Amino acid sequence: MKLFTKLAAGLTLAGALMGGTAAIAQDNVRIALVAKSLGNGFFEAAARGAEEAAEELGNAEIIYTGPTSTTAEGQIEVINSLIAQQVDAIAISANDPDAVVPALQRAMQRGITVISWDSGVAPEGREMHLAPSSNELIGQTIIKLAADHMPEGGQVAVLSATSTSTNQNAWIEEMNAVMDQYPDIEVVATVYGDDLADKSYREAQGLMQSYPDLDAIIAPTSVGIVAAAQAVQDAGKVGEVNVTGLGLPSEMAGAIESGASESFAIWNPVDLGYATAMLAYNLATDEATAEPGAEIGMGRMGTATLDDDNTAAMSEPFTYDASNIDEYKDIF
Amino acid sequence: MMAGLLKSREAILAAALIALVLLVESRFSGFAAPGNLASVFNDTAILMILALGQMLVILTRCIDLSLASNLALTGMATAMVNAAMPGIPVPLLIAMAIGMGLVMGAFNGILVWKLDIPPIVVTLGTLTIYRGLIFILSGGQWINSHEMSAAYKGLPRFEILGLPVMAWVAVAIILGFIVLVTRTSLGRAFYAVGGNPHAAVYTGIDVGRTRFTAFTIAGGLAGLCGYLWVARYAVAYTDVAEGFELDVVAACVIGGISIAGGIGTVGGAVLGALFLGTIKNALPVAGISPFWQMAISGAAIIIAVAFNARGERTKGRVILKSAEHAS
Repeated sequence: MKLFTKLAAGLTLAGALMGGTAAIAQDNVRIALVAKSLGNGFFEAAARGAEEAAEELGNAEIIYTGPTSTTAEGQIEVINSLIAQQVDAIAISANDPDAVVPALQRAMQRGITVISWDSGVAPEGREMHLAPSSNELIGQTIIKLAADHMPEGGQVAVLSATSTSTNQNAWIEEMNAVMDQYPDIEVVATVYGDDLADKSYREAQGLMQSYPDLDAIIAPTSVGIVAAAQAVQDAGKVGEVNVTGLGLPSEMAGAIESGASESFAIWNPVDLGYATAMLAYNLATDEATAEPGAEIGMGRMGTATLDDDNTAAMSEPFTYDASNIDEYKDIF
Repeated sequence: MMAGLLKSREAILAAALIALVLLVESRFSGFAAPGNLASVFNDTAILMILALGQMLVILTRCIDLSLASNLALTGMATAMVNAAMPGIPVPLLIAMAIGMGLVMGAFNGILVWKLDIPPIVVTLGTLTIYRGLIFILSGGQWINSHEMSAAYKGLPRFEILGLPVMAWVAVAIILGFIVLVTRTSLGRAFYAVGGNPHAAVYTGIDVGRTRFTAFTIAGGLAGLCGYLWVARYAVAYTDVAEGFELDVVAACVIGGISIAGGIGTVGGAVLGALFLGTIKNALPVAGISPFWQMAISGAAIIIAVAFNARGERTKGRVILKSAEHAS
């Protein structure tokens, strides 16, 4: 009996925690923004953008959530709890394109609008996908960033996140597709730092040891690029090995300052979160329908045009270097 | 007889370590160069320090799964203080890190001692609590390298006699542990408590207090490592050292420290950590497909444990006798 009371108390508490937001403002369009993991600067910035969109819309409410580590299992739990809360829309950056599909399909059956953003979900698990930029543009940008600072050509290596990361793999593929434009540049290796600071650092050290003539490390991941820049700095190879790729200005300011990185790129996550929230709102309120060829409004970011896969690209990545880093490092 | 057996086990592990280094050297020449070995040692410093702390806890038949979360929380706290008030001298920050770590370790210890909750449950809980506190403390924000002071980041890298300070810290702690474990009554008490808690009571050892002490020491070391980790990688975020607690346990197990308590040596813990550290450093340069790396790390752990399990079976738990005589 005592055990039962304890259990009941625990369940009530859990229910209160999960349903806490449900009680407030039922009339609002409640949009859940699901991150790959909480505590990542990129997603925090996207959440700020989404809040901005909600303020502009007036009757929208953003629920920013996600698992504490970058796992598909964690996201499935989050999705299930969002279904229980009966949110109006779920916008997810998936840790795995397929694993979250059944949970998201369940959400769609319950009438919840489901879209993916940043890192996509397989087409059967969402109504549309908003890519921050097109994979082609990103792939071309990351190799161009490296090539710009090696006029005589040379060796570059790629330091990625996990070997199964959807978007990193797509970008690297697109990068390799345009390599014939850079005949003097050789991609010598692709290694995986699993988005862990210590493993990425060790992999970057390993690259410099294995390829003493390495000219650039391209890290299309925010944890990897910071760790690689630190490894280059500690190895005393600033000026020899240029670290570039995709990173956040606030996290890369030190690397730009030390010279370990000449330049890097990223789309603006605030804009991405903003555009995602706008799209989710328009779909959830039935103002637009996600179908190939549809043009859906993204507020100040213009309109998104869906392709045959119901995928749209927001904009091109933007390059940051010593000339503009100070302007952006306090923003995101 | 006992000492002989233990020594031979460490000798086997040391031989395996040397064989591993030579194997990597054959695939990637330059790995066994003194400079590179020193950098592997330096890279493994944190793992060695934590493995020693974990060893004390495991010796008393407990386990501390919260070490990595403790490390991450203290690391984040020192980084935030440093970013907010760059004027505070680094030694003071280190003292703060150790202090915070001690408190968190003592919290684990008090729950195990006074409330008699199984250590795996206590530390599984505090693992999540300490990790969660980082979110509360930082609001999910990163502390980046340009926000940290040069002195804060520079200390672990400062070289004395060719080795960075971080490696010297590990050396000092190893020496301290040798004295603690082999030359003090507290050190013998850890073995006695793990070897046979009931018998330890009859020899006048307070089992709960001894466990509490082990948790507190391990916590303090984790706090110190928090500073070292964040200063070394020059970034503090919520996922720092996520999953590292299992590396620490693995290092102990490879080093021949019995999960059942009462058996283990400082040399074993250090060699176990070095073995794991060498694998971690070797895989990126050995030209092995990344898809195989996890399987190889895991296989090394199981092989090492299989060796140890065979060692333990023949030996039994004679350690209690020597512990009784000593105390």
